[in-house]
Amino acid sequence: MENNNNIDQTLNHLFREESGKMVSVLIKIFGTENIEMAEDVVQDALVKALETWKYNGMPDNPRAWLYRTAKNKAIDVIRRNKHSKLIDFSDPQKQLLTSGYTLETTMDNYWNEDGIKDDFLGMMYGCCHPEISQENQITFILKSLCGFSTKEVAKSFLTSPDTISKRLYRTKEYFRKNRISLQIPTNKQIEERTHTVLSAIYLLFNEGYNSTHADQLIRKDLIGQAMLLCKSLLSNKRTKLPEVYALMALMCFHSARLDSRITREGELILLSKQDRTSWDKVLIQTGEKYLNHAAFGNNLTTYHLEAAIAFQHCAAQQYEDTNWKEILMYYDLLLEIADDPIVFLNRCLVILEYKGPKEALIVLKTMKNTSMLDKYYVYHATLGEIYKRLLNTNLSIKHYERAIKLTQSKQEQQFLKDKIAGKC
Amino acid sequence: MRDFLFIIRGGQDRYNQNSPEEMQQHMQDWQQWMDTLAQKDMLVGGQPLMNEAKTLIDGGQKIIDRPLAEGKELIGGYLLIKANSLEHAAGVAKECPSNEYHCSIEVREISPM
Repeated sequence: MENNNNIDQTLNHLFREESGKMVSVLIKIFGTENIEMAEDVVQDALVKALETWKYNGMPDNPRAWLYRTAKNKAIDVIRRNKHSKLIDFSDPQKQLLTSGYTLETTMDNYWNEDGIKDDFLGMMYGCCHPEISQENQITFILKSLCGFSTKEVAKSFLTSPDTISKRLYRTKEYFRKNRISLQIPTNKQIEERTHTVLSAIYLLFNEGYNSTHADQLIRKDLIGQAMLLCKSLLSNKRTKLPEVYALMALMCFHSARLDSRITREGELILLSKQDRTSWDKVLIQTGEKYLNHAAFGNNLTTYHLEAAIAFQHCAAQQYEDTNWKEILMYYDLLLEIADDPIVFLNRCLVILEYKGPKEALIVLKTMKNTSMLDKYYVYHATLGEIYKRLLNTNLSIKHYERAIKLTQSKQEQQFLKDKIAGKC
Repeated sequence: MRDFLFIIRGGQDRYNQNSPEEMQQHMQDWQQWMDTLAQKDMLVGGQPLMNEAKTLIDGGQKIIDRPLAEGKELIGGYLLIKANSLEHAAGVAKECPSNEYHCSIEVREISPM
């Protein structure tokens, strides 16, 4: 039994890391019109591994075993479809898949290590095509590149498997109809396209980091996958742009604090109350290294600034040591790049800490467009906190209550209720 | 461009004495050669043949359980290519990696329809 558990674990881990790469290579071979064919081959290889390993024990190199099996299955598929119209063999390289003289060697050549990495990245750029909605992008990424089952994707987004199936179908149709090329973009396009990829990765990360799932495993899985995707961009010299390093740093700093953010009962813990000794120091150091790498070129992105802010928090030994002055400066720069109400509100909170509630209220009142903000719980939570510190209990409670009504998250509701009760 | 058939005979005896590495190399050579043809849009298709065969002789009266010709004369495979002329096609056949194993390649133009 213990042996079987071990096999399950290895396979699970291997599948999360490798299935996306295998799918990418296979889609390159079969064409974007045959995504399901590629997914089936990988699925078959997984099932075969499970059956064979349970019976014969684990092979010395499970990864190589899995790849070899997928490759052999792909050869079977080619042989079966040689005369069907499903696969387009007109490309010269693919033509060689149709002759017994060259099928196996050509197939082997598709699976060299550098090629696999490039195909995986190409697939990532394909998934994040600007014309595919972001929601569909990350759904498809989880399914095809991260080896999630439809059920697991549904669980990650707290939605039904049916909804996920529909999203996947639409994306595949888009691929099929438009014959999206799955390549790392040209140097001219690389920055713009990478930006879209990073948005999807960050969204995936936040889905794990900020989501209110009780299920820690799903959250960690999402966070791990987002970081893995980002890391693979850093493994190619054309795609390791400063912005990519910055996002990687940001994710390191955030995830270093992951465990201290929530109590065992699933309640949120404020930054000021978090146990800083439980922060992952190794991850913070790793983040620092990435942040240093991010500091070349002259492109200052929101990821750079967010990472710099997160680093300031990580660097403070105690909450009281936080360098609010520095952080405020980053927020000022952030507002210049992204005129975002959330950034604005967060900046108000920094002013609250740095200069006190009066200043914070004055700045908050300069905000235009409050009608939209009025529906946003953070706006009211911020006002609640400011009035609380101004000792205006009535207004404070009024805004906190409004905030409670506006958030769906149980943790946040509980947190705000505790605020009203004066527990924090 | 006209169509030509390469009938590749023999060479198996020598090839079979190869080490697995040498066989691997030979496959790579074939891959490269055919890739060059494919890139120039000269490759139509082609397959190796299995050794087992039945041959009908005497006007279909008799069937023998082997290919008509064996050993050095055994047809090991065929290739269909496009070339400008018989000479051009023969020049292409000269580059076939199996020449190393002393196969013979018969180059025949396919009669145009």
